[in-house]
Amino acid sequence: MSANHHGVLKHHFDNLEQQHAAERLGMWFFLVTEVLFFGGVFVAYTVYRYWYPNEFAFASSHLLLWVAGINTGLLITSSLTMTLAIRAAQLGDRRALIRHLLATFALGAGFMGFKAFEYYTDIHERFVPGEMFRQELAKAELELHAGHGGDHHGTAQHWAVDLAKNNADKSHTDPAYIGPGRVQLFLCFYYTMTGIHGIHILVGLGCILWLVQQAATGKIPPENYSTVEVVSLYWHLVDMIWLFLMPLLYLAGAGAHAAGH
Amino acid sequence: MSIIVHDEPRVGPVPPEPTPPAKNYLNVAHTAASWLFTVDHKRIGILYLVSLTFFFTVGGLAAGLVRLNLLAPDGAIMTEDAYNRSFTAHGVVMLFLFLIPSIPAVFGNFFVPMMIGAKDLAFPKLNLASWYVYMVGSGFLVWSVLAGGVDTGWTLYPPYSSRYSTSNVTPGVFGVFITGFSSIMTGLNIMVTVHKMRCPGMTWGRLPLFIWSMYATSFIQLLGTPVVAITLVLLMVERVAGIGIFDPTIGGDPVLYQHLFWFYSHPAVYIMIVPGMGVISEVITCFARKNIFGYKAVAWSSVGIAVVGFMVWAHHMFVAGIAYYSAILFSFLTMLVAVPSAIKVFNWVATLYRGSITFQAPMLFVLAFLVLFTVGGVTGLFLATLGTDIHLHDTYFVVAHFHFVMVGGMVLAYLAALHYWWPKMTGRMYSDFWSRASATIIFVGFFLTFVPQFVLGYHGMPRRYPNYPPEFQVYNVLSTAGASVLGFGYLLPGFYLTLSLFFGEKASANPWSATGLEWVSSSPPPVFNFDRNPVVVCGPYEYAIGVDQLGRGLPEPPGPGSADDPASHDGPTGPAGPMQKETHVVG
Repeated sequence: MSANHHGVLKHHFDNLEQQHAAERLGMWFFLVTEVLFFGGVFVAYTVYRYWYPNEFAFASSHLLLWVAGINTGLLITSSLTMTLAIRAAQLGDRRALIRHLLATFALGAGFMGFKAFEYYTDIHERFVPGEMFRQELAKAELELHAGHGGDHHGTAQHWAVDLAKNNADKSHTDPAYIGPGRVQLFLCFYYTMTGIHGIHILVGLGCILWLVQQAATGKIPPENYSTVEVVSLYWHLVDMIWLFLMPLLYLAGAGAHAAGH
Repeated sequence: MSIIVHDEPRVGPVPPEPTPPAKNYLNVAHTAASWLFTVDHKRIGILYLVSLTFFFTVGGLAAGLVRLNLLAPDGAIMTEDAYNRSFTAHGVVMLFLFLIPSIPAVFGNFFVPMMIGAKDLAFPKLNLASWYVYMVGSGFLVWSVLAGGVDTGWTLYPPYSSRYSTSNVTPGVFGVFITGFSSIMTGLNIMVTVHKMRCPGMTWGRLPLFIWSMYATSFIQLLGTPVVAITLVLLMVERVAGIGIFDPTIGGDPVLYQHLFWFYSHPAVYIMIVPGMGVISEVITCFARKNIFGYKAVAWSSVGIAVVGFMVWAHHMFVAGIAYYSAILFSFLTMLVAVPSAIKVFNWVATLYRGSITFQAPMLFVLAFLVLFTVGGVTGLFLATLGTDIHLHDTYFVVAHFHFVMVGGMVLAYLAALHYWWPKMTGRMYSDFWSRASATIIFVGFFLTFVPQFVLGYHGMPRRYPNYPPEFQVYNVLSTAGASVLGFGYLLPGFYLTLSLFFGEKASANPWSATGLEWVSSSPPPVFNFDRNPVVVCGPYEYAIGVDQLGRGLPEPPGPGSADDPASHDGPTGPAGPMQKETHVVG
């Protein structure tokens, strides 16, 4: 059997078909755990968004939508190149396999690059829950009282000015009042969800590099293409989770603002 | 489930004792590296057995401290702060480092491949990784304990755990988070193995019930553990960053943490008990020499527990301010989950009926399980009932109920499994007398420890409190006395099992005359489990007609078998003899 010749069949399986089926099933079960892992935080997000729609809309509309848009494009494209890599592995085209894997890696790395830029901008704008947020908001409120009311002449960040202006003439019970605490709650979700997702992307990038190394040393013959397939399953899932994260975090503001104003 | 040829049961000839291979899985290599880097599921099972025994001892010592302190109404031996840390250490170590891995990681690893006729689990390296992950996670927990301990209780509720506790919550939570991955890895491995690695003829309807229960357990591990993982991540973020989604000062809801936590942690008690139920089905059939009563009912009730178990979590929160109607719903669903457990108990009792019961140690542990688990299950209904729970919530009644199920149920099932499979795992028989003595002492000690706690709880002593009114002292002293007996009972197996390794009689391939595939190979098994690939032709418990799953006859069962035993006088002493009266109900 040629498969044995390549050393592909592991000792405890009867045949390659069984081995591949086990590998695929294992990855699918793992994906189930991933869905539930993110499911927990999605549930929590849903609860709070239902309770605090204004605050979530406000905070969401102050994130960098264009970065998220580009990142969505990058990840969707990377899913395509990943699938092309499976095809190349099945055909035994090693050069194409490596090319497609590297393209996937580049797209994923691009995603992380934009993400890093976005985090940098957020932190620069002091749009971070906790002490930074409180100080910046206090500064904006101070400037507002000092008479910079009309246009944005102060040094406070635009989100803090927006928040201060919105709340300037409102009591806490006003439905249009935007609670600063709850805005921070949204930011907690923003950082945790994108952070955990980012870690998943990094793991995926590591797996892709490992595949490149395996392919380059000839360890992925066509009968062992399922190695590429299981990594691709993981990569697609991480991609898909982003497709849920993106609207939840970045588009929550758009509709609500239109309705509110 | 049985094979009937013509009108007579077919009894195959008893197979000759397999010649023990020169190299079995134990003596194939002796270096430390051969153990630490093994991918053999049997050796990994042994690694887990050693680690779990260690952590069981640690958790037991912490429990001893708690019980000793409760001897006096104002705390006998330690400060209130140290008391908080002791009961937290007891809870965390026992739950996350012993009960959750226990049977799946030791006996699941060792016996799932053997019982379904496979050479190994589907992912041997992942299996080894799971042990390392477990050790890393427990390392963090040990660190948190050595560095002063955690004082939140094992449930780690915020905002206390996130904001106010000054103890080492972060490494503790991180340790629990990490061990969760080990649990997922084991569960995933077992699920894939059961799906894809069964030998020819091993259909789902012929799977031993231990495999069904391991499958149901793995299902819960896969669906539940990730949810607690993300919950603990959110908790750690909140503790480290000082702000997070459960923080009430910014509009967060600590009760949401309780929902997410119990969404896993209630099913987690089924992760703990369902594998034990699988062991009971294996042992009770073997030592009653009877086919299991209601195979399908027992198999599907495991799955039923796994499914319904996910819909009952909020019964931990009846007094936490959840909505009235959802409390009613969860109360109803909680009662529903008692049904599959009751189905199992009734089927086990029916299996005992008219069986040829012998009382070796595994069977004594199982009979103790039946009594204690039933008490634990029935008192669970008191707590499921919304009205009575208001009175009993967070009292010692809950503590006693939980320990009846987890210790009286699960730990005894674990010991039953250990005594049942010890000859197969080590190739040695242990002392019959001392093992029975241990089972009896544990049973008595357990009762003495926890029955007084039901009384205490009913009269209103809250759990986790270091002090109590003087009139409760008599019950607390009784309980601590029982705990000492129980602790002595636990020590015994440590001695006679260790001694058996050196002085024990050599075990035959099938010392209990059991039907499962794990008994086909010699004891201890060869490296790849079977000399030739098995082909299964029979259901798992054909004790009535006396054939194993390969369709071969069974060796003579152990048991009384002495000269004054009537069964030894008439005709063949094999299972076919005394069993013939049963054959008319088979098939």
